[in-house]
Amino acid sequence: MKEDASMIEVRGLTKAFDKIIAVNDISFSVRSGEIFGFLGPNGAGKTTTINILTGLVRPDTGMIRINDINCSDNPKAAQHLIGVIPDESNLYPELTGFENLCFCASLYGMRKAARQARAGELLKTFGLADTAGRKFGGYSKGMKRKLTIAAGIIHTPPILFLDEPTTGIDVASARQIRQLIADLNTGGTTIFLTTHYIEEAERLCRRIAFIVKGRIVRTDTVEDLMRQTDGRYAVQFAVSNDATRLCQKITSEFPNLQCQMVTAGVIRVESSETIRVGPLVRLLEDCGTEVSEARKMRPSLEDVFVSVTGIEAGMMKQEKEKAKMGGGV
Amino acid sequence: MKGWIAFWNILAKDMRAYYLKPPNISWGIVFPLAWTAMFFIRSGSGLDSIPSLLPGVMAVSVLFGTTSMLAVTVTFEKKGRSFERLLLAPIPLELLMLAKTTGAILFGVANAFVPVIMAAFLTDLSGINWLTLIPAVVLIAVSSTFLGLFIAVSVSEVFEAQTFSNFFRFPMIFLCGLFFPIEQLPIWLRPLSYILPLTYGADVLHGSVHRPPHMSLLVDFGLLIAFCAVLFGISLRNIRCKWIT
Repeated sequence: MKEDASMIEVRGLTKAFDKIIAVNDISFSVRSGEIFGFLGPNGAGKTTTINILTGLVRPDTGMIRINDINCSDNPKAAQHLIGVIPDESNLYPELTGFENLCFCASLYGMRKAARQARAGELLKTFGLADTAGRKFGGYSKGMKRKLTIAAGIIHTPPILFLDEPTTGIDVASARQIRQLIADLNTGGTTIFLTTHYIEEAERLCRRIAFIVKGRIVRTDTVEDLMRQTDGRYAVQFAVSNDATRLCQKITSEFPNLQCQMVTAGVIRVESSETIRVGPLVRLLEDCGTEVSEARKMRPSLEDVFVSVTGIEAGMMKQEKEKAKMGGGV
Repeated sequence: MKGWIAFWNILAKDMRAYYLKPPNISWGIVFPLAWTAMFFIRSGSGLDSIPSLLPGVMAVSVLFGTTSMLAVTVTFEKKGRSFERLLLAPIPLELLMLAKTTGAILFGVANAFVPVIMAAFLTDLSGINWLTLIPAVVLIAVSSTFLGLFIAVSVSEVFEAQTFSNFFRFPMIFLCGLFFPIEQLPIWLRPLSYILPLTYGADVLHGSVHRPPHMSLLVDFGLLIAFCAVLFGISLRNIRCKWIT
């Protein structure tokens, strides 16, 4: 497939549930072979967009083309080209890992020998070969996630939709999954990824769309988004005392600096000018706090996200984790 | 061909995951046996009453077996979101739903023959017209399964499916002429009997086992097929409207 050709093209997509507009006149295109990130807070319309593109939800208005196939009126037309990995593992708990993969392959018309070979290959790739005979219901969260991804790519789709692939799983599994996503992309798969982990999007995606309240507020390459942070400086301090009080002290003493509490023991100082660390450390020590670390921070995509959407990234992450623990939204 | 690979595997998966599970096999055997015993004891007229009771017990076994299983399995998969996986597969919705319902149809047909096997040990069944009985059982199973599908699509919880099923099942047992002849029903209830698919199935079953049918076989089979088509069509339309919103 030609690089830069549009694999997914969406124009003026709108969807309302009763009176709530979930997706409001969004347009974007995903190029062949890229990882396109869809970043936004809970309820922004990310999952609704995936559901529309994959044929699970009917749009009110708008045009969808997947690999040049018009799917606006016939969502089934391109389903053979796509793989979908939902935000929650939805395989069959009573089937084993191997049986689940073989069953999913059969839904795409793969013959017995081919599906068994492919299932075995994927179980090895995902490090699940030893548990292939165990029932899916008995898998750990990380294993479930990996098998769900394997099920999504069992038919080797050229386009893959991933909805929050690493939410709610341990760090090691999340890392492995990110690597698998990168490997799939290297192999030529076009990936549409929704996530609330900004650093994940920054690491994996080539282009990103920020979506807030059903509207896309910005779409750009990661490089161009990061350019927005040029000329910004940031230093992070690990402190022993109440960070809120220290932040107030810093901003009153140094009005040209912006200070915010990152966690209870970490404060972040930002400025459009170079930040001199010495006077700040002295001020903090005069306040009776011990500074165990001062680190110059590279401006991140999170800063861009906050400035474009006005939403605190940390808040977005907490909100999502809470929703997941409570059974998802 | 690809569609049929999917069809066969959905059916095989459902058979293994639901219908061939020991609790369901025992339900499929115990339930018809219990109905047979109950009506046999209630009739009090000895072994001679078996042929007249057999059509009713067969039909009730099919009705309960199919509607219970399908309403539960489809609602369960919808709630667990594994049904989404099927909706995402590149197969027509019609074929997908046929695959999901075939397991219940086979389960219903198997249920119907439990009382027949039991009766074979107690009475002479040589007078049964198998050529009309078998297609009638299959069509009753198909229409009951599609009724179960209609119910499954209309609810979101498994317990709702059971409650809603009973709303159809119990009136149907008493109004379709299985145990009480339709002519003996109050006149204002009779029109209701004629809008139930089981009425036509029961007529063929009675006709095959112990007495001539009240209606022509052509009418009975024609209407049963029509009920199957209408229930399947309505269920598909409801899936498209309610599940692919």
